[in-house]
Order: sequence, then C-alpha cells, then structure tokens
Amino acid sequence: MKKLNAFIYTLILCAAISCKKDIIEQTEGLAALNPTSTDANAGEWKTILLSSGAEIAVPAPLPIADKLYEAELNEIKGLQQNITKDQQKEIDYWAAGGVLRWNEIMRELVAKYNLPPYQNEDGSYPFPQAANPFAYPLFPFSNPPYAARAYAYIAAAQYDALVATWHYKKLYGRLAPYKNTTGINTKVTPTDLPSYPSEAAVLAGTTAEMMKLLFPTEIANIEQKAASHQLSMMRAGAATRSDMLAGEALGRAVAQKFITRARNDKAGAAIGTPASWTQLEDDCKARGEMAWISLESPKRPPMLPGFGKVIPILMPASDLIALRPGPPPLTGSAQLAKETQEVFDFVQKQDRENIRIAHFWADGVGTYSPPGHWNAIAAKDFIAQNLSEVKWSRNMALLNLSMMDAAIITWETKYHYFNGRPCQVKPAIKTYTGTPNFPAYISGHSTFSGAAATVLGYLTPARADDYTKMANEASLSRIVSGIHFRSDCEEGLKVGKKVGEYYINRGNADGAQ
Amino acid sequence: MFVLVVCCFCSIAVKAQTETDAIMMDKNELCLGGIFAYSKWTNYWEGSLKRENLNIGSVSSRQYHFMGTYGLSNKVNLLFNVPYIITKASAGTLSGLKGFQDASLAVKWDAYNKKVGKGNFNLLLGAGFSTPLSNYVADFQPLSIGMGSTNFNGRLTLDYSVNKFYATLSNAYIRRSNIEIDRTTYFTDRQIQSNQVAMPDMMQFNFGTGYRFNGTIAEISVSNMTSLSGFDIRRNDMPFPSNRMNATMVGGYVRYNLVSQLILVGGANYVVAGRNFGQNTLVHAGLFYVISLKKSKN
Repeated sequence: MKKLNAFIYTLILCAAISCKKDIIEQTEGLAALNPTSTDANAGEWKTILLSSGAEIAVPAPLPIADKLYEAELNEIKGLQQNITKDQQKEIDYWAAGGVLRWNEIMRELVAKYNLPPYQNEDGSYPFPQAANPFAYPLFPFSNPPYAARAYAYIAAAQYDALVATWHYKKLYGRLAPYKNTTGINTKVTPTDLPSYPSEAAVLAGTTAEMMKLLFPTEIANIEQKAASHQLSMMRAGAATRSDMLAGEALGRAVAQKFITRARNDKAGAAIGTPASWTQLEDDCKARGEMAWISLESPKRPPMLPGFGKVIPILMPASDLIALRPGPPPLTGSAQLAKETQEVFDFVQKQDRENIRIAHFWADGVGTYSPPGHWNAIAAKDFIAQNLSEVKWSRNMALLNLSMMDAAIITWETKYHYFNGRPCQVKPAIKTYTGTPNFPAYISGHSTFSGAAATVLGYLTPARADDYTKMANEASLSRIVSGIHFRSDCEEGLKVGKKVGEYYINRGNADGAQ
Repeated sequence: MFVLVVCCFCSIAVKAQTETDAIMMDKNELCLGGIFAYSKWTNYWEGSLKRENLNIGSVSSRQYHFMGTYGLSNKVNLLFNVPYIITKASAGTLSGLKGFQDASLAVKWDAYNKKVGKGNFNLLLGAGFSTPLSNYVADFQPLSIGMGSTNFNGRLTLDYSVNKFYATLSNAYIRRSNIEIDRTTYFTDRQIQSNQVAMPDMMQFNFGTGYRFNGTIAEISVSNMTSLSGFDIRRNDMPFPSNRMNATMVGGYVRYNLVSQLILVGGANYVVAGRNFGQNTLVHAGLFYVISLKKSKN
C-alpha cells in the first residue's frame, strides 16, 4: 500500500509541474486607452482621399437639453444595470483602443485567408472568385501583396474617417455622456474630447464597410464585432446612441470612397492570364537569362504578376516605379555563383539561431504576412505611447501605405526581371520555410521591412536603431532560409527605405507631427 | 524498456521491451541496447481528409534509439531512451532536420499478481517522463524531429497469460507541457498572440497478444493514440504541433534471445486510420545486452 501511495503522489506531483497551460496573449488585459493628448485639432490634418475632414456632411446633434438626448442617457444607464463579467470583458477589450483592436482583427483575417488554393484534379489551380467568395478556394487568398493592400486601404480609410470625426467633434462640441448627467459610470478614461460623432462607431462602420470589398465572407462576422464595439462603448458610458449612429454613417460613407478607389486600382487584374504568364517567361529567356519557374508540384501560376501595376493610394505611380533597381546578378555570372554558394553554406549548417531567425520572420502560409508582422511590432510600441485614436490611425496609415507601395514596387521588380530562387539555380539548396511562388528579385520581406523600419523610426525616433536592426534581420532571414540571394535582400531594403522616405515627407506635411 | 516516442507528425511508438508489456528485469539486471527505426509516409490526414502532398512527397525519418532498463527490484524497473532522429522529405524544397529528440525516463511497477483460472493475471503501473534533449525546432511540421513538449504519463497495464500465450492491455494518459516556438503569433482556429503553444494531452491504448516463452515473444498488436484537444489542419495549410493528432496502428513484434544475455528485437507497424497524422509505416530492429550488476553471491 505504501508503495502505491508513493506511486500516486509521484504521479500527481509530475502532473502538477506540467500543469500550467494557460497562455497570456500579448495584448490581453491592457488598460483603457489613456491618450496624453486628445489631438483636439486633428480635424485639420491632411486627409488621404477626402478633400478634407469636412467633405462628408454630418448633421448637427440634438442639443443636450433635448428630451431625446435625455432618453439616450437613460439608455446608457439601463445598459449599465447589472453588467455581466462577459460584458465587462468586452468593454475592457475595446477600451484598450479601437484602432489597435481593428488592426488585430485585420491581422487575424489575413492569417485566416492566407492559404494557397489546392490544385484541381487536372493539375491546374482554381482562383478565388470575388463573385463567389464562399466556394473553395475561399475569396480572398490574402497573400502578402493582397494583405499589404488590404491593410493599407483599411488604415487609410480609418484615418480619413477619424480626421472627419475630429473635425465634427470640434465643430459641434457635444461632450461625453458622463459630462452631461450624473449617474453614468465611466468605464473608459474620462476625456474632454467631444463624443459626437463616436470614434468607436466610425472605426466600426469604416471597417465593416471595407469588408464588403476585402473579406466578403467575413461581413457577417465583422458586423457583429462592429456592433459589439459600439454597444460596449455605450455601456462604458463613452457615447450615446446618436453619437454612434452619426459615427457609423460617417465611417461607412468614408469607406465607400475608398472602396470606389480600390475597385479601380487594377488589383483585380493582378492575377494575369496564362498568355501573360508565358510572355513573362519568354521575355526573360529572350534577354538570355534563366527564367523563373514554379517549384511547386503541380506548377502553380506565379503569384499576382500584375500587382506591380496596381495604382498606389497616395504616391504617384511613376515615382514609385522609378524606384525599381537595376538587374540582379546575371545568369552564369561569378556574382550569382558566389551568392548561390552563400545560401548553400547557410542552409547546410543547419544553425539553430539562423533557423530561429528564419522562422521568426517567415510570416508565410497561414500567417498575417510580413506587413502584418510590422503592424504587430508597431502596435506594441504605440500601445506604450498613449496615443489618441486619431494619432494611432495616422501612424498606422503611414506605415501601411508605405508597405502597400513596397508591395507594388517589389512585385513590379520581380516580374520585370523574372529571375529564379536559389533552389532553382541550385536544387541542392533546401529551405527552412516554404519557397514563395514568385521570382526572387527583390525580396518582399526586405522591401516591406525597409519601408516599415523607416516609417516607424520616423514615428518613434528613440526606437529607430531597433527597427533598423529588425529590418536587417528580417532581410537576412530570407537568405538563411534558403529562399533569397543577398542581392534580393540588400536591394529590397534600399528600395523599401526610399518608399519609407516618401511617407516621412508625408508625415512632415500632414499636420499631425 | 518503457519507450513511447511521440515523434513529430509521424509519431509512432517504437517498441522494444516496452512500457506496454508485462516483462520485468530482475533486481540489479541492466539491459542496454539500441534500436534503429525507419519510418515513412506519403499520405496523411489533413483534418480527416486523406491526401498526398506532391510538395513534400514522402516524409521519412531515421531514428537511432539508445535504450536501457534496470531492475531496481524484481518488481520495479527503470527504463530510459535517448533518440537521435533525422527527417527528410523526398520532394519539394523543404529541408529535413536532425538532432537529439526527447530523453525519456520511466518506472514500471509489477504491482499485483494473481492466479486466475488456468492462467496468471498481472497488473502493472507505470509513470514516465520525457523532455527535449536539445532546443530543436518543433514548429516545422512535418519535418521537425519532435514536438518539443515535456511530457508526463501515467499508465495501467493488465496482462493475462495462459501457458505460453498472453494478452496485454495497456492504457496511458500523457500530459504535455506548453511549448515555445520561434514566432510570436500563430493561427489555430483563431490568431493567438503568443509564442507559447498549449499542447493537447493524449490518451494512448495498446492491445497486444501472442506467444511468450523463455524470453521469446511474438506479438501482434493494435494501438491508438488520441489527442484530447487541438485543432485540425486547414485545407492546404501546414501542420502544427498542437494539431489534434490521432492514429490507430496495427503492428507486429518479435523478441528473441540469441544467447542468454543477447536479445534481438524487431517489429513493424502501420497506421490504418488517423487525423492530422501521416499514414506511417515503421520498421525497427535492435539488439540488447543483459548485464547483471549483482555482486556475485558468496
């Protein structure tokens, strides 16, 4: 019996040691957003597609003396009766910041849809169809260019909508519910910022509306989140129903402008046609170079060869295309041989630290992609800076506009030169991440990272060196993964930095610096 | 020799004189040896959908196990295993990996014996522990050499034998620790913003029956491992350590005393059903040597 007891105790002890399974996520349990400045004059900041914050009309709110406004305050008081644990959790979640939370939701959507379609029986590949989004393969396939554009459109639309919001907040000056009555518990950080229209509703409305373009299968899901955001902020005492209604309408109207723009930015044609894919190969061979081939089986058409033709949101397309670097090392050149050997040596070593770097930055299939990674990095730092929602949004817009442009110039360059990956040049090179199904030069990770680090270094100068180091590591990660040559990465970083500089200039001129 | 090698996507139990059997070493006897195992699969279950993947072809692993058992007493044995594993994909560009996987240590206790009817009934209890020997990459399925978790298990084994024939039923609960991966976020059925991954606990069953006499064993078996949580691989996504990995295997095993101190083992098993799991075939062969550490009596 003694033996049995000892045995059981040992078992229990062992189980207890290994017991801790709860995972605390990075942005769980954040305090309510507490901006050091309300940015009261942000209504004057330079907008992206809107002519100004005043472009879309928002009617004047009822005066606070109006009986109907009083009724709205009673609605909030009603919502605050017996708040459940789940309702409180929902309030705390959204109170940490609307731009932050919608950015996280976007990253989740990108990861969810970032899966390459499985082949057809005959070895061809189906493409997601915007017109039939629920059929396999689900629309969209949010690969890095698609994701970069989606993040940028969402961030830019949110920014314009919030500038408009701040314009009307100042214009009408209707204060938050808790400033106009007693008996409302404030479950967000109290602020002097007027609550009409509600920034929460603007963000919810803008984002939900943009889903109609970007993630049509998620409209129902996102509308629920939008409703949760608004209801939670009403229950928190941050805004009344009319603050919400005005905000949501404004957000949706702004989003419509961006949707119209996006529908005409040529992204829809980026997949190309079988004839255009063959043309790329023929053109490359005609130059005497080894043309890229898909290393997938069956061979998959190249990813979005027409994405380089996408019209940027802000930067003139010709300025962007002018950033295309000169050619990569030529087929058969000593330089190419040297760079191939470098990649081979890296992968042969199977060095654990290099694999860590490769995987930390891989951001491949099933992830939020490299632009998502830089959004996560940015969000972490912005949380610490106690920014207003409008400033959050402005920073996210600069970051994501730069990364969309990075995607455009990267894809333009890739298909201009159409060169192969290291493992095409030397099949003995095995990789530590999936080999992307498009030409090598220039590295998308490097361009995204160069742009992001430049913009983030501008936004948070104290961290500029850290961002540069991160970008360099992200760039290096592609060499040690076995999927890029050093030229791809170094040129990518340079091009990315130039894209980033455009957005530094923009940041210096938008009135928000 | 109590060994459960929960190895990577193709995880499979390598058997020698194992946790699931009723064989005990005598006090102060040490049995040391090695096993080589080769496993390979081409088809796998993506969730419950069976498929091939032309971009990895067949995934194989070569496994070298250094193993041993020591008799603390006639009733209590200690077992260990140290595996070195090399993986490879036959197609596509992904690199295989290699390294020391998880060291395991287990205790097996012959707790209860009783004559029942014409035969003997035997109840054994076991407890095991395994932990990674190196900081290997777990988040590169299906080419990782292991899952990276530290595991504890508790096991109950029932054995009934009549003359030279026996049947053994064994059941284990495997508790698995969280693991840390190299990236800061990952998607399961939602985005998780952490480098920590909660690994599903597992239930394992094994039923073996056959001939056992004078150190010679010939057995056929069926076994099952079932994850108690975890998620399915999405359509055309890569597998992940915390997938809900299930498998049912059938196998055969022989053990033969070449001379009194030298034992030859061999076996094979095959996955007949699975979920988020490779349809693995594994063959193994090994050699063990029994040393008596007892001081010579008088």
